[in-house]
Amino acid sequence: MRVRVQGIGVRGPGLESWAQCAAILRGEAPYAPAPTQVPAASMLPPAERRRTTTSVKLVLACGLEAVQAARADAARLLSVFASSGGDSQNCHEICEVLAGSTREVSPTRFHNSVHNAPAGYWSIATGCMRASNVLCAFDASFAAGLLEAAVQCTQTTERVLLVAYDTPYPPPLRAKRPIADAFAVALLLAPESSGGGALLELRLRHAPVSRIRLAELDSQCHSIPAAAVLPLLERLAHAGVGESIGAESARAQAGTGAADAQAGAGDCGTAGEVVLPYLAPLHLAVTVRV
Amino acid sequence: MRPAFVTRYTAVSCLGAGLAATRAALIEECSGLAPCRFDTIELATYVGEAAGVDEARLPAELARFDCRNNRLALLALRRDGLDEAVRASVARHGAERVGVFIGTSTSGILQTELAYRRRGADGSLPADFNYATTHNSFSAVEFARQYLGLAGPAAAVSCACASSAKVFAQAARLFEAGLIDAALVGGVDSLCLTTLYGFHSLQLTSAQPCRPFDAARDGLSIGEAAAFVLLEREPPGAGGLALLGAGESSDAYHMSSPHPQGLGAQLAMRTALEAAGLDARHIDYINLHGTGTPGNDKAESMAVNALFAGATPCSSTKAATGHTLGAAGALEAVICLLAIEQQLLPAGLNVRQVEPALQLDYVRRHRRQPLRRVLSNSFGFGGANCSLIFGRAP
Repeated sequence: MRVRVQGIGVRGPGLESWAQCAAILRGEAPYAPAPTQVPAASMLPPAERRRTTTSVKLVLACGLEAVQAARADAARLLSVFASSGGDSQNCHEICEVLAGSTREVSPTRFHNSVHNAPAGYWSIATGCMRASNVLCAFDASFAAGLLEAAVQCTQTTERVLLVAYDTPYPPPLRAKRPIADAFAVALLLAPESSGGGALLELRLRHAPVSRIRLAELDSQCHSIPAAAVLPLLERLAHAGVGESIGAESARAQAGTGAADAQAGAGDCGTAGEVVLPYLAPLHLAVTVRV
Repeated sequence: MRPAFVTRYTAVSCLGAGLAATRAALIEECSGLAPCRFDTIELATYVGEAAGVDEARLPAELARFDCRNNRLALLALRRDGLDEAVRASVARHGAERVGVFIGTSTSGILQTELAYRRRGADGSLPADFNYATTHNSFSAVEFARQYLGLAGPAAAVSCACASSAKVFAQAARLFEAGLIDAALVGGVDSLCLTTLYGFHSLQLTSAQPCRPFDAARDGLSIGEAAAFVLLEREPPGAGGLALLGAGESSDAYHMSSPHPQGLGAQLAMRTALEAAGLDARHIDYINLHGTGTPGNDKAESMAVNALFAGATPCSSTKAATGHTLGAAGALEAVICLLAIEQQLLPAGLNVRQVEPALQLDYVRRHRRQPLRRVLSNSFGFGGANCSLIFGRAP
């Protein structure tokens, strides 16, 4: 199964945008650990903005970044969202209220408790009435989302927005489900025939899960389920995705697509295969071609 | 879309455990709704509580999955030969070629709600509480995989009350992609405090048994259910039951209210018809989402009338089952499959007077009539919509 990546958005600990993240992954900028910065939900009207959660804010920011990079029309996009646990702070607050004497759950907290709340806010913010699927596969959630988005993209031959995200549980749930910090990633996938963008070839197979080369980000990959995307982002960064469009095409023309480029099929270079964690022993192998 | 073939199905709800009980309840026009006596809840509302959930025991080797939601799942997996059929499918195709997609909205969150009442002096949760195997939305999926020995693609779909309709669409996509040969799809949602107090806070629960499409309807009744369908990529024989079409859309309107004209619902139904290559006139019965809230039923009526012009018989079975939330799509899919099997249009109960303004052919007493294709609607918070079409395979 083949799809193209035409836009990327990312927010995580010390990661503020795809451009900044790509520079770090290429070794062009140092990684400075810092708590995840949660952006304002500027896409929503002020009344809605105040009622949103961390996961909604991260999803809107990353989704918008990927859509703008691809110059896509958000209102026309199919979308897939994947999270290992939805909004954790909101969940904790509901459980705390329900363990108390009044049990007065706030209506806003209740509607924000649905796993698809970020998908709902995304559709409201963009006016998009297309189908949106929202998945959870615990620690395999990113790969489950990528698989579903790629399947939709190849079958409809339309662009599909994938957003994967997680937020950390506060105590006492944190001890039972430690998630290091908030993280979100958005990939704007396009059909192979659409031309621009790095080509991903996806296969389910038995293989050891890849580790990220940049050691400073290794712990993030293992402590936040959605950050399992980072080894793939590392390949995409080395493949030149995330540079300005001019630089990307110049690089491709000069045949220096990737640091470890080798001869690929036809005129494509390959940045190698990365194996993302899915449902052991079955994992999701992704070959990146530029 | 290419049809996905139904080879086995079952459901457990307040109507009873398994197809025989569910079939009998539909024919006898029974409702399983009763005043809420669940846990320590003090709300004036009716619920559809499934019998025997507390007594259900998971296999010892899977005890870590023990929670109300997985007990309910197990009750259904063991009914009507579903587990044997899934294992036979595994033997035929290989464990990695059989997927599992289960819709849920609250999964085993009741386990967390109860654990929060048992916090230690330092605020910590009790040692016996296991988040991954109970609370997490993937819990029932992983439980089903381990119980049935499945190793293929899997995910929980959690799009509120559209969740377990959307799993059918997802499985059909994976069939078309050639990634799997069979899929266990379904929905499991069980009673918990979050949904009972949450819907109460939104003033969406009724103090009486819910009365979808009645002029005096005033809210929903929450239920619980586990419902499963085994889908196969290739037809097991001619003329069997199949998923013929699926349509998904988003309201892009409001987090907890439907679009007033049901535009998203219309889009989901129209997309399902297109996917099945059918027109509205080919649909013999519509199982409505029909929660019994004034807003939902009005918006859904407008959407249905825009496409079907009031000509197609329809009903909501939620007055019988309660609104089983994330399990509703799969439960109502099973009811639709039973309807085709029985050539029976299920009744929409608790209606004293259908609201005339809604202009529907609302089925108040069950009807026996030829039934070839049925459409089922499921809509959820966040504006998630999904319509499914079932019928005899071509």
